[in-house]
Amino acid sequence: MTSLSASQRLQAFANPARFMALSARFLAPLWVVSLGLLGTGLYFALFASPPDYQQGESVRIMYVHVPAAWLAMFGYSLMAAASAVALIFRHPLADLCARSAAPIGAAFTFLALVTGAFWGKPMWGAWWVWDARLTSVLILFFLYLGYMALWAAIEEPARAARAAAVLALVGAINVPIIRYSVVWWNTLHQPASVFRMDGPTVAPEMLLPLMLMALGFTLFFIVLVLVRMRAEILRHRVRTLRLAQAAARAEG
Amino acid sequence: MMRAFFALIARDLRLAARIGGGGGMAVFFFLTVVAVVPLGIGPDLNLLARIAPGMLWVALLLSSLLTLDRLFQADYEDGSLDLLAMGRVPLELVVAAKAVGHFLTTGLPLVVAAPLLGLMLNLDVAAFPALMLAMLAGAPALSFLGVIGAGLTVGIRRGGLLASLLVLPFYIPVLIFGVSAARAALAGFPQGVAAQSLALLAAVTLASLVLGPVAAAAALRATLR
Repeated sequence: MTSLSASQRLQAFANPARFMALSARFLAPLWVVSLGLLGTGLYFALFASPPDYQQGESVRIMYVHVPAAWLAMFGYSLMAAASAVALIFRHPLADLCARSAAPIGAAFTFLALVTGAFWGKPMWGAWWVWDARLTSVLILFFLYLGYMALWAAIEEPARAARAAAVLALVGAINVPIIRYSVVWWNTLHQPASVFRMDGPTVAPEMLLPLMLMALGFTLFFIVLVLVRMRAEILRHRVRTLRLAQAAARAEG
Repeated sequence: MMRAFFALIARDLRLAARIGGGGGMAVFFFLTVVAVVPLGIGPDLNLLARIAPGMLWVALLLSSLLTLDRLFQADYEDGSLDLLAMGRVPLELVVAAKAVGHFLTTGLPLVVAAPLLGLMLNLDVAAFPALMLAMLAGAPALSFLGVIGAGLTVGIRRGGLLASLLVLPFYIPVLIFGVSAARAALAGFPQGVAAQSLALLAAVTLASLVLGPVAAAAALRATLR
């Protein structure tokens, strides 16, 4: 076993059967840990942490909002990295990973936008503000939707995978440019920004729930991606079996 | 190889002239979009003057998007795209030729028509040079980013709408820098401010010159395989 090179190990993981066996073993503990972290995090966030002296109780939205926004970016990075691996190494699981991450990432992006609106209404007095950060997250959401629409529009899976991978990579190159241009646009329109996400430092009793929630959200994200990947593999197997069955019946 | 490149551009221009009325159709669309705006928001000349650069840019974006789906579709349907892909010219160069053709038939006529529409929207004449320069610098980026969407959606039924959906987020930097160049000139800022936006716009265009053909060719290869 020790004589295996790094690429050979990668090859070993590329085997869907091996992936199924490995993920089946890890899935249950991952579920327990992520839900446990989310539970404790929520307890600290909702009950065992003090309200902010400026924002009052609405600061608690932050404990959901910040991890969701972090996962919105994490999801896209994961998608882009998996797409790069799929295009370069033709890794059969990478396409599945990118495809599975997209709707989950989009859901967290949506969650970040919605919780941001809930927080913005009492804080800024408006549901939506054309702030640079909000606008670029909205555009990220559009990128997710476009990616998913492309997957849905192309019937042949192999072709859809390659086209979607190209799109994800182009998007990954463009995200920093879009982000920069939106910041530029925003400073041009409103020179003085009245918004501050938080104070200069976050108090430790607030940092604890935030960290717990961020970790719990991330693990939850990974669990969901694994579940979706397993479902995709199973769907593929069912399809192959059905085709084989139909072929056998046609012969017999 | 360059002869083939120019031959491809000339072919697209001839096709546009004989079938689609050349740049005329694009200009006409541009005109109708701009004409609809005052009907929608009212004929207040001051308001129109303020939003004119943005309106002209949005109209440019829309007309560029609408013409995207025909970029590879006709060639895909009659099989000439397969021939082009098998030929000696790299697919990247073919895509670049298509993008140049798209710019010459859609982007350039609109840049030429922009001052006329600017007058109709009561845009200050002082902002015209900056606006036209920005459009000239930014319109190639619209074509070169647009080919990515066109390449990804070739062969899909109703691919045009999907292509717009995919490409529109990538157009945002072009729109922002383009409008800010015209706006800076309009507000009477020193020359440097407009020049800065123009430089950034040119940077986006140069990046798209590289990114567009490479990505679109990769997408086309996935389809034609």
